[in-house]
Amino acid sequence: MAAAAVTGLVTGVLAARRPRLEAAALAVTGVILTIPSFALFGMLTILLGIGNPAVELGLALYALLPIVRNTRTGLGAVDPAVVEAARGMGMSPAQVLLRVELPLALPVIVGGLRQATVMVVAIATVGATVGANDLGQPLLEGIRANDRDAIFAGALLVGALGVSADALLAALERGLSRGRTA
Amino acid sequence: MISLEHVVKRYGDRVAVDDLSVEIGAGELAVLVGPSGCGKTTTLRMINRLVEPTSGTIRVDGRDTRERGVEELRRSIGYVIQQAGLFPHLTVAENVATVPRLLGWDRRRIRTRVDELLDLVGLPPGDYAERLPRALSGGERQRVGVARALGADPPVLLMDEPFSALDPVTRLRLQGELLRVQSLVRKTIVVVTHDIDEALRLGDRVILLQTGGRLAQVATPAELLARPASDFVAGFLGGDRTLRRLALVPLHSAELRSADGAAPAERVDAGGSLRDALEVVLRSPDGRAAVVDGDRVLGVVDAEVIRRAAVTR
Repeated sequence: MAAAAVTGLVTGVLAARRPRLEAAALAVTGVILTIPSFALFGMLTILLGIGNPAVELGLALYALLPIVRNTRTGLGAVDPAVVEAARGMGMSPAQVLLRVELPLALPVIVGGLRQATVMVVAIATVGATVGANDLGQPLLEGIRANDRDAIFAGALLVGALGVSADALLAALERGLSRGRTA
Repeated sequence: MISLEHVVKRYGDRVAVDDLSVEIGAGELAVLVGPSGCGKTTTLRMINRLVEPTSGTIRVDGRDTRERGVEELRRSIGYVIQQAGLFPHLTVAENVATVPRLLGWDRRRIRTRVDELLDLVGLPPGDYAERLPRALSGGERQRVGVARALGADPPVLLMDEPFSALDPVTRLRLQGELLRVQSLVRKTIVVVTHDIDEALRLGDRVILLQTGGRLAQVATPAELLARPASDFVAGFLGGDRTLRRLALVPLHSAELRSADGAAPAERVDAGGSLRDALEVVLRSPDGRAAVVDGDRVLGVVDAEVIRRAAVTR
């Protein structure tokens, strides 16, 4: 997740700068998202073997699209006049990005992280089928054993994790929006 | 202070600025004015290198701007844009502190400077320093924009359509404010506007550009109105330029009639303009008005006096 956040952020910033790259980045990350999770995990286990690493990489790839897209959208929504003023006052390109553009785009970027997180929590359960040690395990065992209680408990856990992660990031997003929308 | 020598800017085949040469003196307020597409904003942005000229030389304070680091150059030039372009996530004080921070001033010096600037633009720091831009009116934002541009006390100030987004009343007030601030700080200021009235009101000199980025005329407002260099200039000034010029000619420059006998009841202050005098003369029952300095009557003005003063200058 952290890896996805960093990669996504960097790609998003680059995408906002170069329109050609933007199209490419959105296309690639978009295609990844359409690959069914089961199939993606299957392919990655062929490369990385059964277990956690394959699933982690797969999840990171899924998380990319919302993060890249929102970073780009967030930066694109910054008022050009504000950026112009920042440049005109003598900020270097890095200063414009770090002091003006990213802070202003932060609520939208966090929105992307939130979407990605919720999605990843849900997809992670599927990871258990390729041997990852995660919340999908109890769920999967429950299904195998036809144990209703175990399925229910697993689903509830996954749901609770997703909902709480979402709520936490939503609160962060709201907190950050304060003062940033003119 | 600022000199443009044969400056050309081309975008592909289109010429935005065509061989422009003009000098702006230290402490002068010059206004770049012209119809849209005349290259006035491009010209302004070439001074702080937001736009690079295709050819020609621009000097600020005698130094070729190309020989200076672009960020260092911009930090030494205040920049105000339409609708201020304030950073919405920063407070008024933080906005004003932008350039001093970039220059690495210490905290106390910045604090003092910010308070001083907010006072200068008529926003008491106690009320305004901690506010966010969205809690300000358009006029207040523009004042903060001016304070921010003056942050590190730059010798030069560039203003791109600073008042065009404001309502007419606020615009008039801020124009007056700018002149007041300028009388205190004496910067070299270049203002871009499409509004000829604003240009005539603000400018020590007016630089009038025409479509295609060619220089139409550089002159003081009074000269411009009295002797437009071309039909384009006359057209841009409008049909009532003689009337408008009256506002720029001081009444004390007119040759008054002597106030022998009974001075007229209507009075006009000697510190006013010919336009002020005309207003009073037109209202006066006998078409005459006494020109006064306090209680002292200096002479009498009538329509003929105004006409002579208006055409002989």
